[in-house]
Amino acid sequence: MVEFTLWDVLRNLLLAGRWTVALSAIAFLGGGLVGLALLTARAARLPGAARGVGVYVQLFQGTPLLMQLFLAYFGLALFGVEVSPWTAAALAMTLYASAYLCEIWRGCVEAIPRGQWEASASLALTFREQLRHVIGPQALRIAIAPTVGFAVQLIKSTSLASVIGFIELTKAGTMITNATFRPFTVYACVALMYFALCFPVSLWSRRLERSLRRA
Amino acid sequence: MIQLNFPAVLAEWPLLLRGAAMTVVLTAVSATIGTALGTACAWVRVWGPAWLKAIVAAYVELIRNTPFIVQLFFIFFGLPSAGVRLSPELASVIAMVVNLGAYAAEIVRAGIEATPRGQIEAAQSLALTPLQVFTRVVLPPAFKRVWPSLTGQVIIVMFGSAVCGQIATAELSYSANLIQSRNFRAFEAFIVATALYFVLAVVVRHVLQRLGARWLFGSR
Repeated sequence: MVEFTLWDVLRNLLLAGRWTVALSAIAFLGGGLVGLALLTARAARLPGAARGVGVYVQLFQGTPLLMQLFLAYFGLALFGVEVSPWTAAALAMTLYASAYLCEIWRGCVEAIPRGQWEASASLALTFREQLRHVIGPQALRIAIAPTVGFAVQLIKSTSLASVIGFIELTKAGTMITNATFRPFTVYACVALMYFALCFPVSLWSRRLERSLRRA
Repeated sequence: MIQLNFPAVLAEWPLLLRGAAMTVVLTAVSATIGTALGTACAWVRVWGPAWLKAIVAAYVELIRNTPFIVQLFFIFFGLPSAGVRLSPELASVIAMVVNLGAYAAEIVRAGIEATPRGQIEAAQSLALTPLQVFTRVVLPPAFKRVWPSLTGQVIIVMFGSAVCGQIATAELSYSANLIQSRNFRAFEAFIVATALYFVLAVVVRHVLQRLGARWLFGSR
């Protein structure tokens, strides 16, 4: 009979925690890029973009992430693509993040007074120059705090990928529980690790928010 | 060529209906108790004694910075080794209440803190007890202010309840899993379940808005 010390549990959880961080990072970066593309399509007034992006955001915000993960997992397989839980999770989380980030940033762009658009247009700036030099920098300033806040939500959401078999912190917790029969300790450790990941980010986002309100 | 077979899934409609009903019941029960818990916590964070404030602050931070699924697993798998054995349904409700309570505490607190000082002072000068001031003067407009956020949070908790199927609570996602294990139509089963969640969310939002307008803000 193998004995597991608390250190064994923690060490294995820490190793699995790298995958939680990796999945969060991929979803955040990928989601940011897709979200930015969607936002630009909207701001450029491409025909049908506002409506299309609106529906896209509604679909992802109006359904459980767990269902989106299942659909990515079984949906890709339907197309004959060999899917690992890793690909399915990365895809679903990226799309999920893109919808939220696009919506957050849309609010920030809309918070910029109309006059800024009009003034920059009257200076004969192109759409790209307007975004780059006038709207972008101002929107970015107010976007940072809610974006960091969303990062916390995203890190927590990656725990759902354990359900489709992606081995990250939560899944590792389940597997270690099955080996050690100490669910109380193991899940407490898992929770503390998520806390250690998320709490600093939460604090950071709150500080950004405060400094923005003061400014 | 991809062939979708929705009739095979829709033929299991009693299962889907039962699952959706369970999701609604879980949501309704935990929304009610969770909001009450959140309101109590909000009161503590504004007017409570310092030691209780610290406990509530720790509770709120702990819940808001850990995933729901870990909270659920801790309650369902972890607590039995501490001598608390729970049915899947009860564990699900407790997890949802504890989760919503923390978020609702922050939401309701924001509403309470927006109360103008003069209103509280006016109520006090009318010799209302502190409890009366809180329940009659502070709370109703506070709820009115934060009702949309509270509604949104209830829907987030409902989406979170999809995870409860993992501990064999027979809710909507559990039904979908059961159906796909019977007829191997996984994609179709989850499409249907996802659509049902979407509809449920729209209905819940609508109902809560109506309830809020009727009982909270007068039926105008």
